[in-house]
Amino acid sequence: MTDTPLITRPEGLYCPAGDFYIDPLRPVARALITHGHADHARAGHGAVLATAQTLDIMALRYGAAFCQSRQVAEGQMRIGDATVSFHPAGHVLGSAQIKVESAGPSVVVTGDYARTPNPACAPWEPVPCDIFVTEATFALPVFRHPDPAQEIGKLLASVAAFPDRAHLVGAYALGKAQRVIMLLRQAGYDAPIYIHGALQKLCDYHLSQSVPLGDLRPATVACGKKGDFAGAIIVAPPSAFAATWAQRFPDPVICFASGWMMVRARARQRGVELPLIISDHVDWPELTATITELNPAETWVTHGREDAILRWCALQGRVAKPLRLVGYEDEPE
Amino acid sequence: MIGAFADLLERLAFTPQRLRKLDHLRQYFAAQPDPERGLALAALTGDLGLRAVTPSLLRGLASDRLDPELFAISYDFVGDLAETIALAWPDAVPGPDVALSDLVAELRDTPKAGLPQAIAARLDALGPSQRYAYLKLATGGLRVGVSARLARQAVADFGGLALAEVEELWHGLTPPYAELFAWAEGGAKPVSAARAPFRPVMLSTAIDLDGLQVLDPADFTAEWKWDGIRVQAVSDHGTRRLYSRTGDDISGAFPDLLAALNFDGVIDGELLVRRGDQVAPFNDLQTRLGRKAPSAKLQASHPAALRAYDLLIWAGRDLRGESFAIRRAALEQAVVALDPARVDLSPLLPFASWDDLARLRADPPNAVIEGVMIKHRASPYLGGRIKGHWFKWKRDPMRVDAVLLYAQRGHGKRSGYYSDFTFGVWDAGALVPVGKAYFGFTDAELKELDRFVRNNTVERFGPVRAVAPLMVVEVAFEGLNLSPRHKSGVAMRFPRISRLRADKPAVDADTLESLRALLPK
Repeated sequence: MTDTPLITRPEGLYCPAGDFYIDPLRPVARALITHGHADHARAGHGAVLATAQTLDIMALRYGAAFCQSRQVAEGQMRIGDATVSFHPAGHVLGSAQIKVESAGPSVVVTGDYARTPNPACAPWEPVPCDIFVTEATFALPVFRHPDPAQEIGKLLASVAAFPDRAHLVGAYALGKAQRVIMLLRQAGYDAPIYIHGALQKLCDYHLSQSVPLGDLRPATVACGKKGDFAGAIIVAPPSAFAATWAQRFPDPVICFASGWMMVRARARQRGVELPLIISDHVDWPELTATITELNPAETWVTHGREDAILRWCALQGRVAKPLRLVGYEDEPE
Repeated sequence: MIGAFADLLERLAFTPQRLRKLDHLRQYFAAQPDPERGLALAALTGDLGLRAVTPSLLRGLASDRLDPELFAISYDFVGDLAETIALAWPDAVPGPDVALSDLVAELRDTPKAGLPQAIAARLDALGPSQRYAYLKLATGGLRVGVSARLARQAVADFGGLALAEVEELWHGLTPPYAELFAWAEGGAKPVSAARAPFRPVMLSTAIDLDGLQVLDPADFTAEWKWDGIRVQAVSDHGTRRLYSRTGDDISGAFPDLLAALNFDGVIDGELLVRRGDQVAPFNDLQTRLGRKAPSAKLQASHPAALRAYDLLIWAGRDLRGESFAIRRAALEQAVVALDPARVDLSPLLPFASWDDLARLRADPPNAVIEGVMIKHRASPYLGGRIKGHWFKWKRDPMRVDAVLLYAQRGHGKRSGYYSDFTFGVWDAGALVPVGKAYFGFTDAELKELDRFVRNNTVERFGPVRAVAPLMVVEVAFEGLNLSPRHKSGVAMRFPRISRLRADKPAVDADTLESLRALLPK
């Protein structure tokens, strides 16, 4: 295409018409941010445009002074010669796809997105476009994620089978943790759920945004004796399992909520005893269905397993290319 | 039922603790009837013997349903053929549960030409975790972190039996092991019908000079540790067998050695390729191991021989309860009557102090020696790796500082990481690749290497990345051989990355000349 609406630079994905970057990897003058995960939302930019919730989350994570100026995304906004709009991505609270329109073809940048309903955030919306810039975290035919309610059922069955053991559920602090808690609540689990200190701020924020997480309590020894956690569910960032923090629980069952749990070797590498296949990204059938449904003229792949989706596009006679952006993680801790 | 078997495999796969694995197996044996549990046991020990289902058959099946390139990318990521197919198999509609006995009978009795279709039909009617269990059953090699020995241990635990008794009987039993389970549940002990059974092999633990200081050298004997394959040679009323140390029957590949076992007893020793007095490098033995039915020509050019370490049974007498000193004397007598070209004695080393032994170890007379074995004179012959009786004191590895040249993403649990590295040394001003390594580093070092690769890629060749020649790594290896197949002319054994040398500039890495100086003379 002659008028390339987005180009890749070392700093990340750049829009020449609007002179801004989307989810830049290094500090830039003007950044549009899809969602609050640390690899997409970095501190130190000049001006930041994002959804109100993403801006709140960035402030929670990096402090109020995470950028020089900020603007809440609302409706269609003009930046230079480009028009941009934000649309729900269904990934985590505040997550958005960003549509960019300028003289050339229109573009939608998905950031990360999910199509399975997530009770902790607004659902994904289809946004028509000429160029669809998609993530490819789980873009392999082996990823067909099961119904998350079935996975939560496995956790509740294990809690019932091992009433003397604590169940430690590894879940990333933004998004996955609240998703797991909401899935438990939807399954009728109304006992207190214990959370690691690193989840407190973000869980409080979800509560303030009317996500009904229910009775959450800190998982600290100060609350009581070791045996008190028998039969309890504790949600923590996976990195906490390696710390001495985990030693306070009685004979814990190590669980991990992630789309990677589909692959045994991944689960074993983590020392996981109960893998819970719960993903906040599109799986293979959803990704291929999305491309078919949106039917863009071109598909660009930002990060993940691009080889397979490029091959699929070639088989379908679709134009596709990899952007090979370095710096996005599969699932950040 | 395949459902219960799939649940068992799932539990085993995610239970790292040995004792909990045994628990899961015991519970399974208690809950499942014959012949289901016996077939599951045979699957775990690798004795099911369904040889027709090959990886290439499975690949063919997969490429009928999936684009071959998409399948290859998926396999590269998952790292396990059966798991890749189980996960990526499209459009299945799970049906009712199926008995293992039906699945095994079908796999065994279906003519080869009809097998792909029969397997595809089963895959269409099973859920993902059952598909995985079914494919594992069909191909053998379950890879769920359960060794054949652990599976036998679980049967022994289930019945309150001694493992050694189960292991001795094992080679006389066949799937689905109804008489074994009957014995475990209080019935009579099966009578071994098999001649020449395998006996559990005695293994050593690693030691170093510091560890030896607390031991009295006068209590011990020492021998060279030969770099071959540890075997057990059994001859029992005309039935002759050669077992690997895990009890696998490898007789078929070594008819030349088998012909020389004209005795009645059990000898423990090292399988080597030996031409007269000259013990050949491990490479030569590997050539033999690769041939299930070796030609006469190969048998003549690569003659197999046994270097005897120990004597378990001789002329009807079980010597395993005797001390090593007594067994060794009996061994020395026994070997006299055998063909010296096929069976000879592992010599004892003269030493009065550990320093004496250290000197011998530092300068072995033969390149096929990988250290010394130290054995307590009073030890009985005990199956398994029991501390305090036999020690191995391996030779120090060779080391070279090399430059990282290429990296490839790993399989399976390392599939997100660049973990397979090719490295090179300097030759005439250029770097020439000398080997590949994919272990030896810590998890933290792997992350550092992965980051280095991602940030310093200069070219991509499919899954392989060429990196800027900036990172020096210390490579440790167990030996060096001449190799016409490699551009550098040398091949390392067991190379691994022992250290990252971030401190060292690439120009100071070793040269091919200094590496070649390590070749055996």
